Amino acid sequence: MISPAHAAGYVSDPRMRPIEWLPWVIAVICYFAAPSYLPLGSFILIMILFALSLDLILGYAGIITLGHAAYFGFGAYVSGILAARVTADPLIGLVVAAFAAGLLGWLTGMVILRTRALTLLMLTLAITSICFEVANKATKWTGGADGLGGFAIKPILGLFKFDLFNKTAYIYCLVFLFLGWWLVRRLIYSPFGASLTGVRENVVRMYAVGAPVYQRLVIVYTISAALAGIAGALLTHSTQFVGLKVLSFEFSGDLLVMLILGGVGRIYGAFVGPVVYLVAQDSLAKQFPEYWYFGIGLMLVLVVMFARGGILGILDVLLSRFRRGKR
Amino acid sequence: MQSFVSSLVSVAFHGLAYGMILYVISVGLSVTMGLMGFVNLAHGVFAMAGGYVMLTAMNRYDVPFLLALSIAFVSVAAASILLERLLYARLYTAGDLEQVLLTIGLIFMAVAVARLIYGTLQQPVHLPAYLKGQFSLLGRDFPAYRVFLIAFSAVLVAALWFGVERTRWGAKVRATVDNRPMAQAIGINTSRLFTITFALGSGLAALGGGLGADITAIQPTYPFEHLVYFLIVVAIGGLGSLRGPFVAALLIGVSDTACKYWVPQFGAFFIYAATIALLLWRPAGLFGKA
Repeated sequence: MISPAHAAGYVSDPRMRPIEWLPWVIAVICYFAAPSYLPLGSFILIMILFALSLDLILGYAGIITLGHAAYFGFGAYVSGILAARVTADPLIGLVVAAFAAGLLGWLTGMVILRTRALTLLMLTLAITSICFEVANKATKWTGGADGLGGFAIKPILGLFKFDLFNKTAYIYCLVFLFLGWWLVRRLIYSPFGASLTGVRENVVRMYAVGAPVYQRLVIVYTISAALAGIAGALLTHSTQFVGLKVLSFEFSGDLLVMLILGGVGRIYGAFVGPVVYLVAQDSLAKQFPEYWYFGIGLMLVLVVMFARGGILGILDVLLSRFRRGKR
Repeated sequence: MQSFVSSLVSVAFHGLAYGMILYVISVGLSVTMGLMGFVNLAHGVFAMAGGYVMLTAMNRYDVPFLLALSIAFVSVAAASILLERLLYARLYTAGDLEQVLLTIGLIFMAVAVARLIYGTLQQPVHLPAYLKGQFSLLGRDFPAYRVFLIAFSAVLVAALWFGVERTRWGAKVRATVDNRPMAQAIGINTSRLFTITFALGSGLAALGGGLGADITAIQPTYPFEHLVYFLIVVAIGGLGSLRGPFVAALLIGVSDTACKYWVPQFGAFFIYAATIALLLWRPAGLFGKA
């Protein structure tokens, strides 16, 4: 699936390479250089965190899911309902959303991870559909198809107010993306991460060496769901609105496309994909909405046929050719 | 009491019609999954294409219903051979993820193309006169179209069963499902078998899409909307068999219709919950080999 040369993990050097600071430098530069694009920027940061959570289970543990939006949406709705009914403090909302989504991930993970391939895929779809149905019908709590709005999130720590230009939201998302990235990076370079890669590459051998495959998968699924829930809560807080779209199949599909575009099974694939996809969508999709989805489909087919590693995979190939040429 | 019985009959009847359609569409998916281990999420695309071809032939060129249906079968089967040779065949040995991505890509493209050509509205269905009336049986009236649909599907199922259980081609298919390397070793041309079976499965999906056009509306979102149902049929029925998906499709057809009739406020909730419970009990499906 993913060639070992690309797979960062337990075997490779866990120390920070200088280039790994690049995304953060760019993110900070964007804050100052493009203030009118901060709403888009915040959304991109949120989607990067969401893509990271998917990369953890799809890229590293090899769990193919089409329903990761369930946990994102659950986190978004939990923090939205909390803000509308109990307390509008963002940090409390974030923690509660993370726990709620993690709990949902744990419960559903215990069910779906007993199955494989097509059945697993179908169950992830079914769980997302259930969440969608519930959010759609429980209008008293969720606002149904109209969405959940009309709440005002309090300032973070009582100090930083959410402003119209998304300045606070951008920094807020950036901080939590950084924490999420740090956690995912630690996980990947740990023995735990190595055992996940083992499950992905050869599950039979993992059973043979006595690794608790099922338990490992449930744990990583739970962590991933909690991260997705945090991403959902970030979206609720930065837009002060929750729409049904966050639970839709299309949303899961879009996320998958972003990750594939960037490169699956590599931590920075989750960074590159959403940036390229969302920036392209921002400029192209409004002008040619029909051709946009055709292009996305075509891109998926081409990536699968010719460039399995996504954008970063292509860069890898080019770089190695360049180096060989020099020698 | 009288009204309860009549609603019970009505639910059973409509559920049966829907279940038959589900079966005709999903059986191809079950066989390709069992035979080639290919996760073909784009199966609904063939059903949608069948529906569009049939309705275009009928609405624009005044082709009679049954002829339009056969045109849908033949053209979609032919197109699927092209797709299989060009794309699918290259990924038989690839991982599940690649297959999922490829087929999702195909869905995206098909949805976009359908929207460009036909717009977002659902296609009108003009049934021929002989299918419009009512058909009375045991003092009850049934819509003739659904009676036809059930009868036609039953004939199809019988033909399919005969083909797989009683012909040489069927024996080859069963042998390859059981043990592909061994089948290859005794001289079965598995790659040609794959192509033919794939084309047949897609053609059946097209038939199902065309037949069911009045029940499952033909619109661009079709492949997404019904995907879960096709997958549920295959997952519950078990892979690579004919009987399993048949029972599963009827079960789902009837219970889905019952839920939508008696507890519409829950939508498809019960179906999903029941599916999850069933798969917890038997992860390989009702008839699958564990």
